Amino acid sequence: MVGRFFKEFSLFSAVLILIILAGIFATLYIYASDSIHQFGWHFLTTDVWEVGEDDEGGVFGGLIPIVGTLLTTLIAMVIAVPIAMGIAVFLTEVAHPMLIKPVSIAIELLAAIPSIIYGMWGLFYFAPIIQHLFGGSGVGLLTAGIVLAIMIVPFMSAITKDAMNVVPGVLKESAYAMGATKFEVIKDVVMPYSKTAIIGSVILALGRALGETMAVAFLIGSIMKFPKHLTDPTTSIPVLLANNFSEAQDLELSSMFYLSLVLFGVSFIIISIAKFYFLGRKR
Amino acid sequence: MSNNKDIMRAEDFSFTYPGAPAPTLKSINLPIEKNKITALIGPSGCGKSTLLRAFNRIHDLYPGLKYDGKLLLQNQDGTMENILELKSESDLVHLRQRVGMIFQKPTPFPMSIYENVAYGLKLSGVKSKSELDGRVEEALKGAAIWSEVKDRLKDSAMGMSGGQQQRLCIARAVALKPDVLLFDEPTSALDPISTGAIEELVAELKSEVSIAIVTHNMQQASRLSDYTAFMYLGDLIEYNKTKKIFMNPDEKLTEDYITGRFG
Repeated sequence: MVGRFFKEFSLFSAVLILIILAGIFATLYIYASDSIHQFGWHFLTTDVWEVGEDDEGGVFGGLIPIVGTLLTTLIAMVIAVPIAMGIAVFLTEVAHPMLIKPVSIAIELLAAIPSIIYGMWGLFYFAPIIQHLFGGSGVGLLTAGIVLAIMIVPFMSAITKDAMNVVPGVLKESAYAMGATKFEVIKDVVMPYSKTAIIGSVILALGRALGETMAVAFLIGSIMKFPKHLTDPTTSIPVLLANNFSEAQDLELSSMFYLSLVLFGVSFIIISIAKFYFLGRKR
Repeated sequence: MSNNKDIMRAEDFSFTYPGAPAPTLKSINLPIEKNKITALIGPSGCGKSTLLRAFNRIHDLYPGLKYDGKLLLQNQDGTMENILELKSESDLVHLRQRVGMIFQKPTPFPMSIYENVAYGLKLSGVKSKSELDGRVEEALKGAAIWSEVKDRLKDSAMGMSGGQQQRLCIARAVALKPDVLLFDEPTSALDPISTGAIEELVAELKSEVSIAIVTHNMQQASRLSDYTAFMYLGDLIEYNKTKKIFMNPDEKLTEDYITGRFG
């Protein structure tokens, strides 16, 4: 009796996820349909976002926020992945036992900071530093990307660290017993063994970076302009949505739903690629 | 002092784990003879695994331990070198290539069967593909597993049975052509048939390498080994020819243990 109930409950839970996913997709699609009919695929290659005269119609294209989202995420991942791996390796294989606890706690605290605080800190403290070092106006792709990286590092390193911690000691010992150095053990045993979890953490972090709104809104400049340099201000999908949502109507509103559909699609595609490419080879 | 029969020798060797108030091994004197099998037996906690793990300094992965006395290893030219004096990582790497180790549970690396065996060779600097191929085949043949795996060298080693995995681990160690192989209860996680295969293999290997084996299984010690050392509470109680230990030990304690009165 209990067993059957439990089985059905878990089935229900699993199906619920699929329903929610399909529901969100359907809603986005319905709301976006006006814009999809109007612009079609050109939406993805148009770099204009202008409301027409008298707030009627207009031309809307998603190219700039799409590029902005992809570039900030790319910058963030390029910076964050090696740092997070470094932290995880340090904490599991290198650090003195006395140091492991405090650093782990610091990482967890860092993960708990709300994104708006990163945004404010980034805007008032970090952006001037970037301006000083690289020129530009301070806010822009690079600033947003770096702060995003700082935001996702704790998260990635915490998951990776936990995965590396469960690599069996005897497996590492047997690599050492073959004459491997510490570096070789990390590279050839620890990393491959925790590969699945490492990729999982990267995917989760990627999802967070793609969708991050608040911190990026502070730091990216929120200008509808195609970036020519890393330091140029531009905008990203979530930022554009957050900034314009309260005033938009009709076609602009529909275009924003189109844009969110694109974000949904981009996240989905990137995560699928990551999953199938990296995990597919394992049998 | 110099005795060419011994490939390794512990002289007044003591070992203390980090934070332990007293040494775990107390002034051990034990030879490991060349091309012979030396079994270390004794009840749990007697220090036999601790001693074995000192022979390739695998203990050094964990900080804070203390060695005393000498652990000697014979060099090519017949001189004895105290391995406790090795300091640098590269010296230890070299030592572990000369003194290989097989663990209680099979520990295949998360890579293909071929890569598992080639791994140590690559670490030691073998680069040419043809030499690798040859040495891998030779090692797998040496470990009596070649016929079972030759058609699936590219498959993951994780998919093999426990007994096959353990023989793969032996092949992996043999591939480096070590002087000494240390076996730490190599069959305790295996079924009787796999155990038999491993024992047969160990017996064949002794023509090429010298072997020290820790075992809980008294029959295994008596079947396999040429010499047996009985340890108890961190002391080496008795060391002698296996026959003598099992038929007519000098010490009462040894006799009690072997006849199953304790342990």
